[in-house]
Amino acid sequence: MQTGKDSVQKVVCEAEIEIKNADGLHMRPAMQFVDIANRFSSDVTVTSGENSADGKSIMQMSMLAATYGTKLEIKAEGVDAQKVIGALRELVEEKMFGEPPPKPKT
Amino acid sequence: MEIKKGVAVSPGISIARSLTIDSEDYRIPRRPIEPSQRQAEIRRLRNAFRSAIDELANLDAAQDRTQEGRIRDIFAVHLHFLRDRGLQKKIGDLIRSEKVQAEYAVSAVLREIASHFSKAKDVYISERAADIRDIERRLLKQLLGKRREDVGHLTEEVVIVARELSPTQTAGFDRRFVKGLATDAGGRTSHTAIVARSLGIPAVVALEDLTEIVGAGNTIIVDGNRGIVIVNPDEQTIRQYEQYSREFAELRSRLDAIRGEPAVTRDGVRITLLGNIEFPDEAQLVLDKGGEGIGLYRTEFLYLNRETEPTEEEHYRAYAQTVAVFRDRPVVIRTMDLGADKYTQSRRFAPEPNPFLGLRSIRFCLQNLTMFKTQLRAILRASVQGDVRIMFPLITNLQELKQTRFILHDVMEDLHEESIKYNKNIPTGIMIETPSAALTAASLARDVDFFSIGTNDLTQYTLAVDRGNELVSTLYSSADPAVLRLIRMVCQDANKAQIETSICGEMASDPEFIMLLLGMGIRTISLAPPMLPEIKQIIRSVTIEECNSVARKALSMNSERQISSYLRNAARKILPEAF
Repeated sequence: MQTGKDSVQKVVCEAEIEIKNADGLHMRPAMQFVDIANRFSSDVTVTSGENSADGKSIMQMSMLAATYGTKLEIKAEGVDAQKVIGALRELVEEKMFGEPPPKPKT
Repeated sequence: MEIKKGVAVSPGISIARSLTIDSEDYRIPRRPIEPSQRQAEIRRLRNAFRSAIDELANLDAAQDRTQEGRIRDIFAVHLHFLRDRGLQKKIGDLIRSEKVQAEYAVSAVLREIASHFSKAKDVYISERAADIRDIERRLLKQLLGKRREDVGHLTEEVVIVARELSPTQTAGFDRRFVKGLATDAGGRTSHTAIVARSLGIPAVVALEDLTEIVGAGNTIIVDGNRGIVIVNPDEQTIRQYEQYSREFAELRSRLDAIRGEPAVTRDGVRITLLGNIEFPDEAQLVLDKGGEGIGLYRTEFLYLNRETEPTEEEHYRAYAQTVAVFRDRPVVIRTMDLGADKYTQSRRFAPEPNPFLGLRSIRFCLQNLTMFKTQLRAILRASVQGDVRIMFPLITNLQELKQTRFILHDVMEDLHEESIKYNKNIPTGIMIETPSAALTAASLARDVDFFSIGTNDLTQYTLAVDRGNELVSTLYSSADPAVLRLIRMVCQDANKAQIETSICGEMASDPEFIMLLLGMGIRTISLAPPMLPEIKQIIRSVTIEECNSVARKALSMNSERQISSYLRNAARKILPEAF
């Protein structure tokens, strides 16, 4: 995780977060993501491959359609940038949007 | 200033602010707004979002909390979309930059987003396009619904501009403020024409693209005499039209002066002049204009603009109110005639492909007996208050007539058992509106007390022309020899059976046809109140001899054009100032 500061106390925080639930970033996870992002004041940009989306916009996030295993690049900019990255990582990687991981192949 | 030519369907001149109402299929044309109106449109947008969100939140809350169902998800998705921080801003930006109405901006932005979604490879995402379209509808409903409220809460005089007008939209037009109608579509006997004539306001139809040209709040002149509409007229034109308007008003009041005079021909033959109404409020207008009763009380208004069917009490109150105005003068109540119209179509799982030939009017009633009997009960109960007569529309054969009379008899028995009073001898009649009824009038006449010829539908069904379709509106003419022959047949058969025949279609309010109708034996005419004085004037200016001759002549001609021309000249000689 890289942290940088500029002169107005704004923090920029970037992280890579991996999709761990089987169904990936479909509507329900996207809504949860956007809800969490909107609780913080920082701007959130999510990049998946070639596509970028405003992490606070459901319209844009639902278009990303990131699948299981995708590594999202998240950039947060603002006073609580670190907090929002932390919350999002928890949602995506630890809680897995409250959804199951893929079934192991036999 | 732009001048558009259309079809004149209701006389008069009106100069007022325009108010455009959209049809309900949400095809939103791009309509310009003034820069000064942008803020107001942004506010409308904000309110629409807020109301849509409230509406969804309520729907969501009403869902069963334990359900982890698809429906709850859908509301959640839609709410998220509506609350998306970029969406409202994007629409607002479009309003500001392009100076367009909120409806157009909503539609444009959401359709673009829907299109992006539907192009996505992931099927789950492409399905979201349907959600976006749903949200578009929900927002438009808020925006357009408010417009409909605008029509219900007018505070200044307006001319209504629309693609076309349905009975649902026109029910409740306040004649104090609605001063003219102008539509893109429609023909001489479209609903717009009928409503305008009832209200006594000018109307021009078949203007094709008027709704694309008129911006919100433009000044508009409707010339219902010449069939012209002028958008944003210049000073000179306004002054000229104010003059025309004055002249027309003078003619009107001269005619009104004969309201107290009887409708008697020069050779002493008495003609009964009645009025066509849709609401009880119009009853007084019929009297004011010199009518002697109601020849056609269209009861459809009771069914429109509401979620539930009218109750028996609601029916009864409307009928009793009307009868009270006329006491012992006739009031002919026509049972529900809806069909080919939103009321019966929206309730169907699959809309009929040919509603005009489908389950409408009396056929619909015979398959919805509870609803039908409710209306019949109310009419019968009102029948003790005055001279109430009942009329059934669209009867096409004897079997249908017998069935209907059977139902009526059933209802009478019910009332009798409940000791509720009604007129056992209530005169019962039918509308002759189809070729089949006209051709078998002789046998139908034996089972009814009177006929009333609905010339609008009779012409439509006989000539196979949709009177609301502007593409063929020139084919529609009541002066067609086929129509005239059928009318004559009905008059002759009715005469033999010694029952009364009246005319209640738009033909009855057309000065050119009066001599012809009198000459065919018609002695009772029912029309929209504003034309009563003019028609009475014509009646008082002719002799039955002259009328018989006109009828004979017209019936010997073979072309509609010839007949039309002949009738117009004959009428012009009698009443030059009406032309």
